[in-house]
Amino acid sequence: MAINFKDGVILGADSRTTTGAYIANRVTDKLTQVHDTIWCCRSGSAADTQAVADIVSYHLNMYGVVNNEAPSTQVAASLFQELCYENKDALSAGIIIAGYDPRHGGQVYSIPLGGSLHKQSFAIGGSGSTYIYGYTDAHWKENMTEEEGINFVRSSLQEAIKWDGSSGGVIRMVVLTKKGAVRHLYLPDTNYTGPGVTN
Amino acid sequence: MPGFDFSNYNRNAALHARGVPLPKATSTGTTIVGCIYDNGVVIAADTRATSGPIVADKNCEKLHYIAPKIWCAGAGTAADTEFTTALISSNVELHSLSTGRDPRVITCMTMLKQHLFRYQGHIGAYLVVAGVDPTGVGLYTVHAHGSTDKLPYVTMGSGSLAAMSVFESMWQPDLNKEGAIALCSEAIKAGIFNDLGSGSNVDVCVIEKDKPTQLLRNYEKPNERGEKERNYRFPRGTTAWLNQKVISKEDMKKYVTIETLSGDDNLAAGEKMEVDV
Repeated sequence: MAINFKDGVILGADSRTTTGAYIANRVTDKLTQVHDTIWCCRSGSAADTQAVADIVSYHLNMYGVVNNEAPSTQVAASLFQELCYENKDALSAGIIIAGYDPRHGGQVYSIPLGGSLHKQSFAIGGSGSTYIYGYTDAHWKENMTEEEGINFVRSSLQEAIKWDGSSGGVIRMVVLTKKGAVRHLYLPDTNYTGPGVTN
Repeated sequence: MPGFDFSNYNRNAALHARGVPLPKATSTGTTIVGCIYDNGVVIAADTRATSGPIVADKNCEKLHYIAPKIWCAGAGTAADTEFTTALISSNVELHSLSTGRDPRVITCMTMLKQHLFRYQGHIGAYLVVAGVDPTGVGLYTVHAHGSTDKLPYVTMGSGSLAAMSVFESMWQPDLNKEGAIALCSEAIKAGIFNDLGSGSNVDVCVIEKDKPTQLLRNYEKPNERGEKERNYRFPRGTTAWLNQKVISKEDMKKYVTIETLSGDDNLAAGEKMEVDV
């Protein structure tokens, strides 16, 4: 999931990767950097979403060098949409793009299975998201503080992990503001209370 | 165009539609593992190759060379792991020659994942990529569909569950070289003994910073075949005979031509079988 808050955006995800009933990776990093302050949340096929993110990452970095200016979040989202829509028959990828750029501030885009693109104030996706539509809708507030935003994402993901068997492990978060990207980690050992900032 | 040719796929599908069974590929029901330690990385594999329920090879090699300090353990379809690693090894060497730098593990992993993704899982190669490069120690898994994971300890193949249970109960963050080798070997043995698709011996490869790579072929042999207690050979003279007639060479020359060969034993013995060390 990804949300807008007062100073930027927050991305959050669980860390479970499954092959059938087996957990292939319990500490997966589903929050993927495609530019300095443009990140995405990957859901669906790991192979497909990694391939798409790698291609977008390549194009955004070329964009940054050629134009001597960081790409906007919308450019990134459009690149993702192009790939997801044109190859919709071959891909199973649900991607949320969130980024911060000085001109537009924080922005959140969602690209569900068919390849459509939606700008949203917050977005949820993946198998666990169905369980938290009600929770997120009931608790959402515009212009939250960073602390409120982190608590919103963490408690929502905690709920998704509780009800969805395909979600689990640790909660990873990335906070994107004008100061750059800051990673957070919340472990199940301490009921997802810490350690918090990790870089 | 370099790459794989899938025209036989259509032929096989057409034959299959007419009732011919599809050809079976040799698959390595396998246990492969990898584990990083303070100064390097260890990968290990069992040595059983299977085709259906038959053990096709009791001592095969599943540890593949990519570069001097990058090695790969392969599970899945034996031919696919063999050829993809050979192809990437070749491209990694050309890349390293072109850039004038030592190859990186992440480069090799990216080349593998992009190759495998292009073939949408039809190339059945499940790999553990490990090595040491100028950026440090690297350990990755690459699945046939092109997804990758980066972890401090990894397992793959049909024996991956047995092997992972060993890692999850015995792994610790401050392993040294000996500890990592012992742990990987123990994990492979869990696969050998508990997974029907895995068996025979343990192969280990140790890649360490500033040291030559060690390939420890048959590091452990927990399934040595014991000496047979009895045999089916009959002692000379077991068969009774009623009469005997000796034909001299001179007599035989009346009917056939006889040539005498030199005393070289190998001429008659035929090609000797290759033995793995």
